[in-house]
Amino acid sequence: MVDVVVVGGGICGCSLLYELSRYKLRAVLAEKENDVSAGTTKANSAIVHAGYDPHPGTKMARYNVEGNALVKELCGKLDVPYKQIGSLVLAFDGQQDALVRELCARGEQNGVPGLRVLTAQEVRELEPNVSDKVTSALLAPTAGIVSPWELAIALAETAVKNGAEVLLDSEVTSIEKTDGGFRVTAGSHVLETRFVVNAAGIWSDRVNDMAAPHRFTVTANKGEYYLLDKSQGTLVNHVIFQCPSKVGKGVLVSPTVHGNLIVGPNAEDAEKDDHGTTGEGLAFVKKMAQLSVPDIGFRDSIRNFAGLRANTEIDDFLVGETEQKGFFNIAGIKSPGLTSAPAIARDVVRMLGEAGLPLEEKEGFLDERHVVRFKHLSHEERAAAIAKNPLYGRIVCRCETITEGEIVDALHRPLPPRSIDGVKRRCGSGMGRCQGGFCGPRVQQIIARELGVPQEQVMMDRAGTAIITGETKGGCTR
Amino acid sequence: MNEAQYDVIVVGGGPAGLAAALEAAKEGAGRVLILERNDELGGILNQCIHNGFGLHYFKEELTGPEYAARFIEKLADAGVEVLLGAMVLDISADKTVHAMSREKGYMLLRAKSVVLTMGCRERTRGAIAIPGDRPAGVFTAGAAQLYMNVEGYMVGKRVVILGSGDIGLIMARRMTLEGAKVLACVELMPYSNGLNRNIVQCLNDYDIPLYLSHTIVDIRGDKRVEQVVVAKVDEKRNPIPGTEITFDCDTVLLSVGLIPENELSRQAGVAIDRRTNGPIVFENMETSIPGVFASGNVVHVHDLVDFVTAESQRAGRAAARYARDGEPGGPCVLVENGNAVNYTVPQKIRTDNVDKLVEIFFRVNFVYTNMVIQISSGGEVLASFKREHMAPGEMEKVAFPKALFPRIRDGKITVSVVKEEDAQ
Repeated sequence: MVDVVVVGGGICGCSLLYELSRYKLRAVLAEKENDVSAGTTKANSAIVHAGYDPHPGTKMARYNVEGNALVKELCGKLDVPYKQIGSLVLAFDGQQDALVRELCARGEQNGVPGLRVLTAQEVRELEPNVSDKVTSALLAPTAGIVSPWELAIALAETAVKNGAEVLLDSEVTSIEKTDGGFRVTAGSHVLETRFVVNAAGIWSDRVNDMAAPHRFTVTANKGEYYLLDKSQGTLVNHVIFQCPSKVGKGVLVSPTVHGNLIVGPNAEDAEKDDHGTTGEGLAFVKKMAQLSVPDIGFRDSIRNFAGLRANTEIDDFLVGETEQKGFFNIAGIKSPGLTSAPAIARDVVRMLGEAGLPLEEKEGFLDERHVVRFKHLSHEERAAAIAKNPLYGRIVCRCETITEGEIVDALHRPLPPRSIDGVKRRCGSGMGRCQGGFCGPRVQQIIARELGVPQEQVMMDRAGTAIITGETKGGCTR
Repeated sequence: MNEAQYDVIVVGGGPAGLAAALEAAKEGAGRVLILERNDELGGILNQCIHNGFGLHYFKEELTGPEYAARFIEKLADAGVEVLLGAMVLDISADKTVHAMSREKGYMLLRAKSVVLTMGCRERTRGAIAIPGDRPAGVFTAGAAQLYMNVEGYMVGKRVVILGSGDIGLIMARRMTLEGAKVLACVELMPYSNGLNRNIVQCLNDYDIPLYLSHTIVDIRGDKRVEQVVVAKVDEKRNPIPGTEITFDCDTVLLSVGLIPENELSRQAGVAIDRRTNGPIVFENMETSIPGVFASGNVVHVHDLVDFVTAESQRAGRAAARYARDGEPGGPCVLVENGNAVNYTVPQKIRTDNVDKLVEIFFRVNFVYTNMVIQISSGGEVLASFKREHMAPGEMEKVAFPKALFPRIRDGKITVSVVKEEDAQ
């Protein structure tokens, strides 16, 4: 008997599993893909929002502000890349000046610390590369940037270390009500559980409808991005937002924790399986971004991608128990979902407790994690690392300076990656300017060797994303 | 930490590094070291199993590995030391090379001179922002070539190639020979960027259509590529609506340009030319840092390895001389780009350091017929060279004799390309 089944391994599901793993209970996370963080969690702006944007009194506002502090704390404990760089919302005319002041007031009401409206001159001093048409800006010092997929992976890994279970390639296809709770079919697994928490992101309406009355529909809304080379990564020092409108928070320009520059997103309704970029979408993103920062070097683009927002009819997050007792939703999680996820997780654990889940804390809960990042070591530390493990002496990804040792480490942590992109999300290999052209085949070989599978079965990313289609006439040389 | 002292350290053991190291040793440099990040020497030549290498230098047709072997087998006799699996992380201003390998750990290697021969990398899908889904099956041509020629794996069955650079053309033939169907080679420009002989031997001979002034506007596919949409482009290279052609395919190969790999050079403080994306070099391939030289594709992308060899021999020779005699001084002439010229190498000439002539390499910005290359200074044409055909895909070379140097005015010469009838 399982105590809680968590449906979905995005940032919300992983946060919840981590929180549940503190207690003496059996928690199982079911994910349909071959890795956690495979959906919207890996394709978003990677911003830790300060919390001035959501309207006071909403769940969004509360979870955002709480989550902002929690993300910072978790990243410190679990060794996840995070930087508190602050954000600016730019105004370009009198109407937007008023909106910036309104956001400041709203943020203060939400309990966001340190907010300040800057003059045009102050903006230019902080950000010499933003447009000289800026008239004022809201500075939010608590905003930050994070590696969303690394946060989700770190939370899931830590949960697994503490006894929680993660089932990959296990799509939830049915949830039946039973006497003691629910019977959940997830891939080849059938789980008898007392509670179910639906954190299925873009598909959360479908999972809800398996167990609870239909109350909402998720509409996918797509955002497209440019990711630029590190040569552009210092163009701005803060997350640079435009004034929010009905369609979203506008196009942002921001450094990433990995040293690149991210530019996007637009907002277009899309099918739930549509992760593609479009010529028009990218052109729009480019044009809008240049309003904030005119001299972005788009010729140093290294990747485009698109992610999906899980919009619903309700203009707030849907968090809590449904009319079906024991079945909970974490649904309609769009921006600021990444920031809010740890706060939502804590709150849902509290709600589960109130609904009868015994919450007895484990002794010896492991709440730390350390990852070797070779490129951040000093010369002396590098020499020592190679002396200890010669695999750190072999650079596999030359653009990002990622060693074989780091990749092997990732392949032997809880929840090992199975694909080249899985390794990329954990180690950063292939994230650089050559986009894995050189290191992809080598990473594939290392995965095959460490996991004991044939190289041709190692996918690019999800199941079915085969790279190798067969052997040449001369045959494989290995 | 391992520490050692060398006369010349060569960063990269591809064709450029091999030639530079051998020539440095021949010129009398004492300790010469090649640092190669791969587990074998030869660089990209190892995956170029087609022939056509060495026609100029050896006057015979070799495959890539054969061409590399001609140099590799001379290393031992020349006394050149080699470290494989060795990555250079940093080159400091005093020419201390920070490197590491599994066997040697972290190394601090001091050199009197350094030759940068890191080669280039391929431009990716992200760099040219091709819209669409992001399924498996989109490869740079060189990555596909590695899978096929080094590892023996096929990467697809029905292929569309974007770009008509030489690697793309070679891979069109290679995949066809391995049983794949190459549906199209699509080129954004109204002309091919590859060598003419490759268009004939790799496309025409296999009835592979070349779509000039076309580009990929959409890649479709959930897990693996399923379709590619190609459209014609106008003079401004924007897709023309209504001209779309859809190909059912499982693979896209990209041959859309090469970028000199100068992250290490930049980090070391070497001045980079925005036009070549490579170091600004003097006549002897010395960069803006005294005693740091560069040659081959890290300086500018070549069409033929034979020219990489010749250029790298100059760099190796100069590196050995620097290690022995120090910096050559004297007045310096700037080479400027005139009409139709995209860049030149070298960008600077120290006239006292030229023996009989200096070779100037450059590329033109479009396809031309019946043109004259002019080297001029102070409004006077100093030298002219006729060309029947010129194209961006074919590197030009002219020899500028030292005898003409006294006529240079204001320390500047300009290389330009004009129509025959407009030539003075």
